[in-house]
Amino acid sequence: MSQAPFLVLERLTKRFGGVAAVDGISLQVARGDLLALLGPSGSGKTTTLRLLAGFETPDGGRIAVDGEEVTSTPPAGRRFGMVFQHYALFPHLDVGANVAFGLESQDVPAADRLRRVAEALALVELPGLERRRVNALSGGQQQRVALARALAPEPRVLLLDEPLSNLDPGLRERTRRELRALIGRIGITTILVTHEQEEAFDLADHVALLQRGRLEQVGTPEALYNAPATAFVAGFIGRTSAVPVRVIAHEQRVARVRIADSTIEWEVPGEAPLTGAQRLFVRPEALRIVPASETVLTGLVTERRFLGATTLFTVRLGCGSTLEVQGGPGSARSGDRVGLVPDGAGAGLHLLPWEAGPG
Amino acid sequence: MKAAVRREALGLLLVLLLGWLVVYPLVLVLSESVGGPGRWTLEAVGRFARERNEWRALGASLGLSLASAAGAALVGIPLGFLTTRVAFPGRRLVATLLGLPAVLPPLVGVLAFMFLYGETGFVAHLVRRLLGLSEAPWRLQGPVAVLLVHVATMYVYFYLFTRAGLAGLDPSLGEAAASLGADQWRSFRRVTLPLLRPALAGAGLLVFMTSLASFSAPYIFGGAFRVMTTQIMATRLNGDDRLAMVETAALLLLALSGLALLRRTEGRADVVGARKGVGPAPARVVGPLTRLGAAGLGWGLGLLLTLPLAVLVLVSFVPRSTWTIEALPPVYSLVNYAAMVTDPARLKPLLTSLWMASAATGAAVALALAVAVGSRRARVRTGGLLEGLLVLPWAVPGTVFAIALATTFSVNAPWAGRVVLVGTAWILPLAYLVRNLPVAGRAVLAGVRQLDPSLEEAGASLGAGKARVLRRVTLPLLRPALAAGASLAFVTAFGDFVTSILLYTYDTRPLSLQILAGLREADLGQAAAFGVILMLVSSAVFFLAGEGTSEGASG
Repeated sequence: MSQAPFLVLERLTKRFGGVAAVDGISLQVARGDLLALLGPSGSGKTTTLRLLAGFETPDGGRIAVDGEEVTSTPPAGRRFGMVFQHYALFPHLDVGANVAFGLESQDVPAADRLRRVAEALALVELPGLERRRVNALSGGQQQRVALARALAPEPRVLLLDEPLSNLDPGLRERTRRELRALIGRIGITTILVTHEQEEAFDLADHVALLQRGRLEQVGTPEALYNAPATAFVAGFIGRTSAVPVRVIAHEQRVARVRIADSTIEWEVPGEAPLTGAQRLFVRPEALRIVPASETVLTGLVTERRFLGATTLFTVRLGCGSTLEVQGGPGSARSGDRVGLVPDGAGAGLHLLPWEAGPG
Repeated sequence: MKAAVRREALGLLLVLLLGWLVVYPLVLVLSESVGGPGRWTLEAVGRFARERNEWRALGASLGLSLASAAGAALVGIPLGFLTTRVAFPGRRLVATLLGLPAVLPPLVGVLAFMFLYGETGFVAHLVRRLLGLSEAPWRLQGPVAVLLVHVATMYVYFYLFTRAGLAGLDPSLGEAAASLGADQWRSFRRVTLPLLRPALAGAGLLVFMTSLASFSAPYIFGGAFRVMTTQIMATRLNGDDRLAMVETAALLLLALSGLALLRRTEGRADVVGARKGVGPAPARVVGPLTRLGAAGLGWGLGLLLTLPLAVLVLVSFVPRSTWTIEALPPVYSLVNYAAMVTDPARLKPLLTSLWMASAATGAAVALALAVAVGSRRARVRTGGLLEGLLVLPWAVPGTVFAIALATTFSVNAPWAGRVVLVGTAWILPLAYLVRNLPVAGRAVLAGVRQLDPSLEEAGASLGAGKARVLRRVTLPLLRPALAAGASLAFVTAFGDFVTSILLYTYDTRPLSLQILAGLREADLGQAAAFGVILMLVSSAVFFLAGEGTSEGASG
């Protein structure tokens, strides 16, 4: 983010009856950037979005857009466009009147209004549908009308609340591609709320992962995947399994760890200087299955799952932990005793402090 | 094949039964108003058409109904918004108090209003004392008095419908309007109000029909001001049965055309139900000044509208002839309640109303269940017709049905489906039953409609026969709907005044007529005590049924 941030959230806090739904979240979004707020339910991502839209007033912190403070500006004055999870199209108005609603608020002359409604509908590839009743539209069409309605008044920021969750799985992928192309074309600064990692990664330039109202990590999808800052991030993003380890030595961002209940030692990347008992998070593609021997970590294959492009093996270690390892379809069978070695220079192995995180 | 024939035969039988109860009396009153078969004459119709008073009463009914709807809307809609959308202290209590008139028989409301605001009521007493007047400074009589009573008792329909409409509104619609730059007023005008339109139109229709059929208020407060219902009563007392039938026909036509007209303007209903898991918009937290104003308005109107009920309770403790010129009654005792048990002349009406309302309710719910199961489950071909017959009496004023039943069942002609019931103890339960069909029918039909057929199919697939599925699955699931229908029907029958006054005999006089007797004998305490009993039984039945329905189907 080399430009000056366009949208700034500073130590934003919102409590509901003593419980902090949003707990001191600070974020900066560059102009034209698409930021995804990702997290499990109850993580505060929707509340953050509603604070941005102005539907909730924060108990602390501030929001600024383009240098202008909007923390206590009512929603009507923010010029933020929002697409609601269930679209919230006005059922008593037709498509055209829905899209024109925001333009009327701005007192756009009638002739201009018609033109801009037509433009907005053309933008979402629904040209000429002005007089259609919104209840007569398919789910995908409703979503696009909601998008056109939000975009027509030319908002400063676009807010998307789980925009794809209401669509059939088959439609979701296609709509996601179209959405990405459309937002890229307009270049509007966008905040997207989602609980699906794939959706966040596919659409967003940056992803902010939230848990229990706190920001766990913000960065590009690659950064979150390749360098998770916390155990929660490592566990939430992508497939991982964890195994207890003891750190033997640590120098120059490389740690020597001994895998629990074995004499096997691995070298893994380690940003923070850690010592003692910790946890190693392992991506399925980080290990390779080899024949069992004295010099490699061994375990028992308890399950083999063929998923088409990949095959996943669940390997139980001596300490009782299980690791999920990717391999060729014929690498092993259920019940085999196998060896495991790091594949590549420690990529996909993340040494993180013991205390936090799932599992 | 055989089962299907039997099913259709049962359906046909039901059509005949309901037709005999609901349609036949109306047809008879229409035909006998012009002389009846063999003696056709337009004599009574001519007298009706030439008489200015008749037209005046017809116009008064129409005007009063429109004015009542307008007045009730003016009071009920703002109160609905106030108690839903603005946070102020005691909001929930006020909201409950304001909904109270919905469960009370009209006669109770009229009585309570009279005791507080009437010329012999509390307010008049107080003003007389303060100003040293020898007579009450006003007389609560005439069209304005009737309108006031109507508004004070019927605002509740607008109030409840507004609240229900607001509760069902997806709150993200308002948020969407705000995020599109609409201020509160524009959001209200362009989004909230249009979406509430179906609910408000429904409330308007309800007030219009209720007001058109209203009898208690114009009978007690009308004075020389006559509407069709009281006009029919007067003509009947004059012994001019033929003219009363013409008047009845005129009121029926007015009600049906009013219904048709209002239905047409009701317009299409947009789907506005909140999405699953989306709660209604919370009450808005406002500044201290607005909060104070809202609290003042809410509490003020809440008290103004519910104070009459408190006064009714107070008067019920006042023994006869102990209250003359004092500002407040000087003596309070339980004699009026004790007399209900000790005085057979007072106990009897209570018991009469109880058994008549219970019998009518049982029969109405059974018929409603038969129609609902026949139409929705057995899917008999006559299903649509049956459902129509079930709800038809809703559009027919009580006075009309009373005259129609009096006409039908005052002749002994079994081959024509007529027996003499007038003057027996059976005519009132029959009238209550017919009038109860719509309320019971609506609740039971709604319950059956919401019942997932796959639950019954699951029962059958687990080896349960038809009877067992009905007993173990269908009926238990329908229990909330049946309870709701039964309680509504019972309350209506228990407090009925409008049909009772035209059909009762001295030996079968129900509670409402005993109240009227109390008023006539200036025994206000007795009237009030019976009014309180009506009020208590109605609210108790209603809230007990509400408990059972809250987790189940909404009736």
